[in-house]
Amino acid sequence: MGRSTPSKDAQALFHSLHSAYAATPTNLKIIDLYILFAVFTAVIQVVYMAIVGSFPFNSFLSGVLSCVGTAVLAVCLRIQVNKENKEFKDLPPERAFADFVLCNLVLHLVIMNFLG
Amino acid sequence: MAALDTPEPSTLRHAFGNVLSLFILLLIGVLAFSIRLFSVIKYESVIHEFDPYFNYRVTQFLTKNGIYDFWNWFDDRTWYPLGRVIGGTVFPGLTLTAGTLWRILNTLNIPLSVETVCVFTAPIFSAFASWATYLLTKEVKGVGAGLTAAALLAMVPSYISRSVAGSYDNEAVAIFALIFTFYLYIKALNTGSLFYATLNAIAYFYMVCSWGGYTFIINLIPMHVLLCIVTGRYSSRLYIAYAPLVVLGTLLASLVPVVGFNAVMTSEHFASFLVFIIIHVVALVYYIKGILSPQMFKVAVTLVVSIGLIVCGAVLAVLIALVASSPTKGWSGRSLSLLDPTYASKYIPIIASVSEHQPPTWPSYFMDINVLAFLVPAGIIACFLPLSDASSFAVLYIATSVYFSGVMVRLMLVLAPAACIMSGIALSEAFGVFTRSIKFQLPGVSQNSPVNVGDTGNVIQNDVVKTEKSEDSLKERPSRKNKKKEKDKTERASVVRQIEKRLLVLPLEASVIAIFLLVLLGAFYVVHCVWAAAEAYSAPSIVLTSRSHDGLHVFDDFREAYGWLRHNTEVDDKVASWWDYGYQTTAMANRTVIVDNNTWNNTHIATVGTAMSSPEKAAWEIFNSLDVKYVLVVFGGLVGYPSDDINKFLWMVRIGGGVFPHIKEPDYLRDGQYRIDSQATPTMLNCLMYKLSYYRFVETDGKGFDRVRNTEIGKKYFKLTHFEEVFTTHHWMVRIFKLKPPKNRIRGKTKKAKSKTSSKRSGTPKKNPWH
Repeated sequence: MGRSTPSKDAQALFHSLHSAYAATPTNLKIIDLYILFAVFTAVIQVVYMAIVGSFPFNSFLSGVLSCVGTAVLAVCLRIQVNKENKEFKDLPPERAFADFVLCNLVLHLVIMNFLG
Repeated sequence: MAALDTPEPSTLRHAFGNVLSLFILLLIGVLAFSIRLFSVIKYESVIHEFDPYFNYRVTQFLTKNGIYDFWNWFDDRTWYPLGRVIGGTVFPGLTLTAGTLWRILNTLNIPLSVETVCVFTAPIFSAFASWATYLLTKEVKGVGAGLTAAALLAMVPSYISRSVAGSYDNEAVAIFALIFTFYLYIKALNTGSLFYATLNAIAYFYMVCSWGGYTFIINLIPMHVLLCIVTGRYSSRLYIAYAPLVVLGTLLASLVPVVGFNAVMTSEHFASFLVFIIIHVVALVYYIKGILSPQMFKVAVTLVVSIGLIVCGAVLAVLIALVASSPTKGWSGRSLSLLDPTYASKYIPIIASVSEHQPPTWPSYFMDINVLAFLVPAGIIACFLPLSDASSFAVLYIATSVYFSGVMVRLMLVLAPAACIMSGIALSEAFGVFTRSIKFQLPGVSQNSPVNVGDTGNVIQNDVVKTEKSEDSLKERPSRKNKKKEKDKTERASVVRQIEKRLLVLPLEASVIAIFLLVLLGAFYVVHCVWAAAEAYSAPSIVLTSRSHDGLHVFDDFREAYGWLRHNTEVDDKVASWWDYGYQTTAMANRTVIVDNNTWNNTHIATVGTAMSSPEKAAWEIFNSLDVKYVLVVFGGLVGYPSDDINKFLWMVRIGGGVFPHIKEPDYLRDGQYRIDSQATPTMLNCLMYKLSYYRFVETDGKGFDRVRNTEIGKKYFKLTHFEEVFTTHHWMVRIFKLKPPKNRIRGKTKKAKSKTSSKRSGTPKKNPWH
């Protein structure tokens, strides 16, 4: 019955979401894009697995987990360099980025073991 | 237990406190190492018990052949004729650790034998474990509690029982890995640093390498995350501490051959994935909440909840269907017996038959953690006073580990660190309160307010709210630390006054007496621990001693028997014994065994159990079909050694009967009672185990009096037709029999016997697979 109000609400919601997101700094937006890309790649692999099957399971596992891992680490980086997070105002962005690189290095060294 | 050095106001005193605590930690490490050397001093530098012998043998192989051969090692000297793939079925952490240690020492031109390195691995790692405990407790409740907990852990009897010198088992390094992983998790949680999260994943990897108990970590941490989310303590630090751990940890765990893809396939790990999804949803919700106005957020919630519920329902349905489709619901037997304590005794006698898988008795709590059992509740209360993320983790840790220790006696080992942490917190808080009230009431000191500020500094640091604490731990450079200290002090001054009023209500006499009693308690604990280390837990169990009126007796029968086997039998001879002695036989005698302590093939063990509980002829046939040349039995009746084969015999019957139904347990019991005297059943008196154990026993004292069962044996004079005695050790503890070769001309006899046995067997659905 109240079909119109939720849809109007939803419209208003998306509008305010959009305007709120537009205010984020560019470097965070770049990270967001990166995260989206990683998640999208993971989703493609899962869909492929659902259609074709997970036979070389190590390849599937490492492929999906490398994408998910990349996304998770990028989210962590985003949390740490976000100026609005008061908890991390002591942490310089350079340090955050160094941690990010280190963690990625470990992640992909492990992933390499699953290749083939 | 000097755990009361508090952070001082001035930098100099602060530095002094640091040096002092470093020195104390060093002493704690020395204590942890040296209290475990009683076994070396009282006996000798040998490997203990059963499993350590296997680990020792694997380490020898590793140091001799290198890491690549180790991964591909197929061992044909055990589980004959099946063999065992060692590289893929063993937790390699301990072996690799000791192997690396040995290699490093050798490159430094310190020529230690592999055995020496193996013997001392456990004490070294218990020193590391106490340092890890210090770090963990420091994150939870400050330096004082950390030092106390480390000192307690260094000598907690439960941990000593698994890590005396020579007890070269997985738990020796695993407890260190466990505590250190928890420390890094808490550290990552407190600081929100990705660096510590990475280290945490690597420490978790080491834990997965070392012990099957890693599932405890991968379930406890998600539980804590869930607890934080439910109680509204979600923070982005929690996300950073948890999400990378799941991804990296899962990947690293699947690198270990023995775990492999189980890391994503079995239910033990599903909790972590579920919480991984939940934390992402929660993180997204918090993020959107942050950027939206409250009113718009309400709209978004109603919108998302309706859609989200449907999606969650679908995902849950898929998950449940996946889990339910597997027969054991995706849980391994040992985990199931943890969740349902009666599971093992119902379905898997082989797990139930191991004494360390039994539930513990009440006295064993007092024996193993002693006064800590009384201090733990106080520690839990202290954790709640200002509940932080870290202290809630400690509370969760003790709660779960108490449950697990109640199910299996060997998981008391997981409880011990938790109990030490809690007791350390309790003791240090109590000391803090008492000493402060004494200091405050002493004349001359009470007026001196700076001292009080410095003294309560410790409490302030503990009592600060969560956010402040995280800031504290974020301060890394001393310069910044100083600046903040100055700023903090002014803020704190007002808080100090309140706290002093609240805490300093204890009268002087009461606090003096209380301190005295606490010290007494600590002294009692130390005395008990030293006694436990020296007397209860240092026996290597391959060398036994007994003290009687005419001095000390040493029973070195096991090594005598294994030595005999090593020197008097062919290299390729197969030796059959109950599985307890499999590891020792392969390691010490270097002979092929049929079954060993790995117990991976129940049917194979049941075959040996059936042979032991069959009459001589049938047993000879089973053993002969397995190529067995020698049968080894352990017999304690002469010297009163209680854990001998006759006492384990009912488990052989049970396990054998579980696979071969013609072995029935009631046949061996007279009116439900297990007895070996003249009242025993004929099946019992004619089975191979009875005959091998008591053959010629009557010749020792003329009556055949069994000193373990405290009875005269039922059947005294009998001959063996298919076996011959080849060796019996000095105290008759190990007896070795040889299978007689089949006679040349007994065609008629064998035919009769064969038809008899085959008709007997024909009704049974499962036959001996080696026929």
